[in-house]
Amino acid sequence: MIENRPGLRLFCHAMLLLSVLTLAFPVWIAVVASTHTAERMLTVPIPLWPGTELLDNYRNVLLKGVAGASAAPVSRMMFNSLVMALSIAVGKIIISLLSAFAIVYFRFPLRMVFFWMIFITLMLPVEVRIFPTYKVVSDLHMINTYAGLTLPLIASATATFLFRQFFMTIPDEMMEAARMDGASALRFFWDVVLPLSRTNMAALFVILFIYGWNQYLWPLLITTDESIYTAVIGIKRMIPGGDASVDWNLVMAAAVLAMLPPALVVIVMQKWFVKGLIEQEK
Amino acid sequence: MAAEKRAYFPAGWLPYALVAPQLAITLVFFMWPASQAIWQSLLVEDSFGLNVEFVGLLNFRELLADSFYLNSFKVTAIFSVVMTVGALLISLVLAGCCDYLIRGVRVYQTLLIWPYAVAPVVAAVLWSFIFNPSVGILTYVLRSWFGVEWNHLLNGNQAMTLIIIASGWKQISYNFLFFLAGMQAIPKSLIEAAAIDGAGPLKRFLSVVLPLISPTTFFLLVVNIVYAFFETFGVIDATTQGGPVQATQVLVYKVYRDGFKGGDLGSSAAQSVVLMVIVIVLTVVQFRYIERKVQY
Repeated sequence: MIENRPGLRLFCHAMLLLSVLTLAFPVWIAVVASTHTAERMLTVPIPLWPGTELLDNYRNVLLKGVAGASAAPVSRMMFNSLVMALSIAVGKIIISLLSAFAIVYFRFPLRMVFFWMIFITLMLPVEVRIFPTYKVVSDLHMINTYAGLTLPLIASATATFLFRQFFMTIPDEMMEAARMDGASALRFFWDVVLPLSRTNMAALFVILFIYGWNQYLWPLLITTDESIYTAVIGIKRMIPGGDASVDWNLVMAAAVLAMLPPALVVIVMQKWFVKGLIEQEK
Repeated sequence: MAAEKRAYFPAGWLPYALVAPQLAITLVFFMWPASQAIWQSLLVEDSFGLNVEFVGLLNFRELLADSFYLNSFKVTAIFSVVMTVGALLISLVLAGCCDYLIRGVRVYQTLLIWPYAVAPVVAAVLWSFIFNPSVGILTYVLRSWFGVEWNHLLNGNQAMTLIIIASGWKQISYNFLFFLAGMQAIPKSLIEAAAIDGAGPLKRFLSVVLPLISPTTFFLLVVNIVYAFFETFGVIDATTQGGPVQATQVLVYKVYRDGFKGGDLGSSAAQSVVLMVIVIVLTVVQFRYIERKVQY
């Protein structure tokens, strides 16, 4: 603090508190809605304070699902989301670690070609190659499978760059010492590079877990069977178009459940999360 | 390209095996589909897929003459500019406030960053419930306190407002985090020097802090535009589905609509190629800037 200005400090606190409340407002409404009956949620104005149906609603949603558009229980969808998020996060980290290691620690023909090919994937988000990618996946008979859900999203230029950048900062002496002691490349990777990369792996894991959990467009195309819906897709499917009646209490309970895991990951692993995000700027 | 290692492991088959998984996925799911999209954009196919004809740039010429497509460009531009500028300004003020305080910084950070974890489509479902024309709580407030009839299913401007709020909501968290990190990295001595020279808090913010975090601002500008262009698909699909009357038909949504619902693969592929060019330009801009920063 440079000067003492209680007024300005008060203003700052007020601004921050106000925005904390504003940001939380939609979630509060969702939580409140998930504790009332469906009939209560159709009476205007809707309540702003929790009701008594919390346990019933969540039990219904988790075990039976929301009647109508999708009848799969939300617990099943959350399991699918978990599989998807974990496979994408772990898969991206593994293949990026390996390719970054190859590109930094070896000199071989086509090295730069490979590097640029990985780089170009940055410029090809799913959104610009929807149909051809869909066709490839369906030709490989991977519609409605976990493989189809995760494999096309698993290549990662960003993660490869982050690891490459990090490997550059590992002192050359380490590698020379390892070679002098007769360690093979794989041994060096396993005993030196991997342990040193732990922090970076944790940071990336948080970011990628959220990325995987929140995927929408791809699962929308690739899942036509309820048993493989992810939580995010399930919620969208629970709301039929138009003004048809919706069990808002159950939909909101499902929405709360769907945002819980990634929000928990962010809050619990906040330190890694912030580190992982900020690294992307470099 | 930064410095390279001065010693290497002897190459052999190993490095190829190490890059193989990444490369296989890149080739099968990225390179091949992208080249297919480019090839498809040069073809015209009849609706049964029986007759395919090579037509050169015809699809692109038709796109540029299509008023719906040009409208979609306009919609995307308005949407991404308003959302980006709005989210950046709000988070800049919040980060400035947070940086000014000594105590409570971490607490506010925790309370402000969690929306980043919420999927865009879930955010959209939450906001469309709040603005639901029949039961939404804000719809009720707007009607009974301000006499405003809210129905984003009928009113194009209201639909646009809704998708801007629903998409900007979680971007505020993201931008806030970067701005705060940028501000906290500024040496305290600089701020103190400005204070000794008689600059008040506002003056210091505008003429010391703001210029020093301009690289962060630029980075966020690009990231937010990319987000608005590509990742808001879910927001639109869950709220307005491009309507009413194309009022929120952004480019990415139109590619999906024309291809999956409309079955016009040639035009959809041409639109994909246009999007690819936009991503390439944005990526190049971003990397040129990073290169420049490294030299300093």
